[in-house]
Amino acid sequence: MESHIAEIVQHTGGVIGNSWLMIAFPLVGAFILLVFNRFTNRWGHLLGVAMSLASFVVAVLAFFELIGFGPEERRRAVHLFEFIPGMPGEPAMVDMGLLIDPLSISFALLITGVGSLIHIYSIGYMSHDEHRRRFFSYLNLFVAAMLLLVLADNYVGLFIGWEGVGLASYLLIGFWQFKPSAATAAKKAFVVNRVGDFGLLVGMFVIWTSFGTLAFKDLGAEVNGVQNGTTLAIGLLLLLGACGKSAQLPLQSWLLDAMEGPTPVSALIHAATMVTAGVYLVVRSGAFFFPEGSGAALAVSIVGAVTLLAGAIIGCAKDDIKKGLAGSTMSQIGYMMLGAGLGPAGYAFAIGHLITHGFFKANMFLGAGSVMHGMNDEVDMRKYGALRKFMPITFVTFFIGYLAIIGFPLLSGYFTKDGIIETAVHHQPILGWLAVLGAGITGFYMSRMVFMTFFGEKRWADDAHPHESPLVMTVPLMVLSLGSLGLGAYLVLNGTLYRFLSPAVGGDPAAAPEFHFVTTPGLATLALVAVGAAFAWMRYGRAEVPAVQPRGSFLTTFARRDLYGDALNESLFMRPGQWLTRLAVFFDNRGIDGIVNGLAAGIGGSSGRLRRIQTGFARTYALSIFIGAALLTGALLLVGNI
Amino acid sequence: MSPWLPILMAVPVVGAIVVALLPKGSDKLAKQVTLLVSLLTLVLTGVMAAGFKPNGDRFQFVAEYNWIPSFGVKFGVGVDGVALVLIALSVVLVPIVVLASWHDADGVKTADGTLITPKRSVKTYFSLLLVLETMMIGVFAATDIFLFYVFFEAMLIPMYFMIGSYGGAQRSYAAVKFLLYSLFGGMLMLVAVIGLYFVAGKQTFMFPELVGAIQDPVTQKWLFAGFFIAFAIKAPLWPVHTWLPDAAAQAPAGAAVLLVGVLDKVGTFGMLRFCLELFPDAAKAFTMPIVVLSVISIIYGAIVAIGQTDMKRLIAYTSISHFGFIVLGVFAMSGVAQSGAALYMVNHGFATGALFLAAGFLIARRGSPFIADYGGVQKVAPLLAGFFLVAGLAGLSLPGLSSFVSEFMVMIGTYSSAAHGSGALTVAAIISAVAVILAAVYILWMIQRTMNGPTAEPVKAFKDLNAREVWVLAPLVALIIGFGFYPKPLLDVINPSVQQTLTNVDVPTSTIAEKGTGQ
Repeated sequence: MESHIAEIVQHTGGVIGNSWLMIAFPLVGAFILLVFNRFTNRWGHLLGVAMSLASFVVAVLAFFELIGFGPEERRRAVHLFEFIPGMPGEPAMVDMGLLIDPLSISFALLITGVGSLIHIYSIGYMSHDEHRRRFFSYLNLFVAAMLLLVLADNYVGLFIGWEGVGLASYLLIGFWQFKPSAATAAKKAFVVNRVGDFGLLVGMFVIWTSFGTLAFKDLGAEVNGVQNGTTLAIGLLLLLGACGKSAQLPLQSWLLDAMEGPTPVSALIHAATMVTAGVYLVVRSGAFFFPEGSGAALAVSIVGAVTLLAGAIIGCAKDDIKKGLAGSTMSQIGYMMLGAGLGPAGYAFAIGHLITHGFFKANMFLGAGSVMHGMNDEVDMRKYGALRKFMPITFVTFFIGYLAIIGFPLLSGYFTKDGIIETAVHHQPILGWLAVLGAGITGFYMSRMVFMTFFGEKRWADDAHPHESPLVMTVPLMVLSLGSLGLGAYLVLNGTLYRFLSPAVGGDPAAAPEFHFVTTPGLATLALVAVGAAFAWMRYGRAEVPAVQPRGSFLTTFARRDLYGDALNESLFMRPGQWLTRLAVFFDNRGIDGIVNGLAAGIGGSSGRLRRIQTGFARTYALSIFIGAALLTGALLLVGNI
Repeated sequence: MSPWLPILMAVPVVGAIVVALLPKGSDKLAKQVTLLVSLLTLVLTGVMAAGFKPNGDRFQFVAEYNWIPSFGVKFGVGVDGVALVLIALSVVLVPIVVLASWHDADGVKTADGTLITPKRSVKTYFSLLLVLETMMIGVFAATDIFLFYVFFEAMLIPMYFMIGSYGGAQRSYAAVKFLLYSLFGGMLMLVAVIGLYFVAGKQTFMFPELVGAIQDPVTQKWLFAGFFIAFAIKAPLWPVHTWLPDAAAQAPAGAAVLLVGVLDKVGTFGMLRFCLELFPDAAKAFTMPIVVLSVISIIYGAIVAIGQTDMKRLIAYTSISHFGFIVLGVFAMSGVAQSGAALYMVNHGFATGALFLAAGFLIARRGSPFIADYGGVQKVAPLLAGFFLVAGLAGLSLPGLSSFVSEFMVMIGTYSSAAHGSGALTVAAIISAVAVILAAVYILWMIQRTMNGPTAEPVKAFKDLNAREVWVLAPLVALIIGFGFYPKPLLDVINPSVQQTLTNVDVPTSTIAEKGTGQ
């Protein structure tokens, strides 16, 4: 294996030495808002924003301190405390520490940067909600947990963050928990994620048993490039975890329901950051368990390719703007997974796409929120239309995000997605061409969304008075759309991101892949996207959009029903599970307890079952046994003494 | 000779006598005295624990007085790390339970004035509580096996009355069932204790002197069985678990906390201390059947919990699942797993305690333990819902909360245990990890049905937690979160003690995995 990862060095002092502050600020924010409760109602949202911004500032300072070191010295570990101590005289089983390296700092900047914008946006979006303060406490909690996930220097710390974001996601999907649909969606997200967590947990058991450590810094030397059945098993187990968190097949079903949460949540957690944690896990573990060409890496790519198609197909059939975007998120993360299975060259594009996607998808989700804000929380795109005239800022920013996601040349998504496609065609041609096909479908469904929402005739409900959102919401949109415009070019051209990441994820910094503007897969992608967009224009731009969903073909129904994912889960797990539960309860009550009660009744010589014994009699009965026991004790002792 | 443990045991029982002797009509004073005494015990324990040297002698604060010289029975007490943290657990829970049970004997009325439980003697209830505290300290502190047995049995009496007189509608049935099960186990243990005395032939019941005294493998197996069955009933382990849901559901919430949080731990503590160290060969011979039973407990308890309609029964079944983890950890023959099991005993006490108490506060507002009678509590009582959620999350071992650390240690230690060629234990660990998913189902589904959704009509009148109730739950939540991120203070005390136990069983104790290099 060519790839070479820089050694992790211990670091103290400076901003990096205090990088725990990144986590501490939002954590303290969440704590204050939750504990001091309604006393913080008036200014709670401001505190939430301030804490997130403070965390962003620390991340930026840490970033600059980090690039002050040479590339080979940019992996810095900060020891925090002994988490699980060892036996006397032995080193700790798990030491808690942070790892500040190019990979984690990239995430930290994305999380705190986009996170802060979404915090600001939420001031406006949630202004009419009486529980806005609670909303901000959960957002802060999320940011803290997400930072722990990406900054921890070991799998246990990562897992604590992993479940922490799961908790925040649960709380925020169910933020309007009085709606049964929201409560159900929240629970579903948590439970499906736990299926993935099972994989991650068992993966950790195998790692620790095989290599004696769960710390990233020791694993390199322990694994030492060895590939065998064990590392394959670990890779597949970690992939299961990644599938849960990143809504990849077969654990995708929760993400569409998760749109029950307030829209800023969908933007932050279910588009820009948390759902990409699976990609992070794969890339972070890449050098140990997913090296280029390994079976585990291939599995990652296959999962990615299948999901990118599935998500795109689902996206085509949704009339709910948020669910359309959710399908698209699944699909885009599929691209990242595809890239993450392709070794160091793929990592750079996967992470690059993760960052640009964080911008343009958050951009569009918040744009969708802005539309909903102006349309009485209507989400059905069949009731939109012609909104570009009424919400110009929202329209322009959304449109930039749209161009970015379909890979319009020179915008952010163009560079990162085409990078993945090109690398994939090179390494795994079949998967690569599937990704090209997916890009074409993306061109269709995203165009459909834009046309249905902003173009055509107005199909609004009678009481709709669309209006542009306040500045506190539109300024974040503008900032995000700037990222959607130019970030991709900055990261990809000259291999900037590749060279920056290579000490952390492997790859030869001198051999950064060049970005080719004219390639066969690239041109094919562009052609397919154009076809998709044109088709969408004919169906939804030029033609009239029916206000009621038409029946649709078998295929449409298939897509509308999320490819029957829920039906499958229900018949494979839920129903048999319910049946098993009932059987177990019956067995416990009648079987085991029945035998016990029968025995007791038999021994006690009572005619009725124990349940029917009169109170007074029961007491006497128990006391007589007790006295009997005492007498027996005495007798035995006496006999023993003789 | 250290006076610490005898003092700790004397304080609550003296308090109990004082409470019992208070004149009629001084219910409030009785409660205050009880609270004060339990807080004093807590403080004294804290001072004592501060003097504990984790890497010092195995047993510290040792005291021995002759009791029945003709049989060599001594009043022998002393604590190792595991006993110390369990005593700490007990003395922390008692004042919390006192505060939680403040009105339990007054006759519980719901929001609409229906009487759920009639008025009972307040003084008796609180003096029983203090008597129980003495016994809880005594049972963990006893180094004389006969003394341990006496406490093991005597603890049943106050608990029997707390369930039987102060419990719910089916309290008599539940109390008798609890008593019969326990007495059955106790008798087996008694026979084994006496057998041990004679076979060892050392004229003593002192535990340290009896370690290694029984060499014959067949004798070991018989005596092991006597102890183990008693402890398995107490723990409780599948299939001798059915008394627990009844007892826990009928007991007042406070008593249920002590029952599940502390009394049941005597079972797992007994396995760790006596079954392993006195009969190491038998323990190894029986490892596989016991591991199978504990894995069944883990999965079976979780599945049956999902299907419960009564909150307190549901929590009781989750505990059966959790006790499965503890027993698995005790018998996995791995240092990590066993430290995890000992830590689990403490963490489970806090987590399940918080859940029982939060559920108890909920039930007190409505008078029904049935999940279906609630809905939408979050909207009217957000504080109650919040505490309930945190307690529930501790019950599903959410990382960042204390129960995660212990569950993780048990599973990873079991997975990596070299005992039995590792294959079987590896499988056991993987199966038990499925409980991680099931736990999410039973906890979150209960929360969804009680706390979320539209607010049910009778729920609309609910008041949120009052100050007393907040003071009950807040310390537990603080402990759950604190030890979730920093379990070191507990593990530093537990680890040397576990190392000692496993050395006596002749099992390697290293927390470094075999292939590992450490640092």
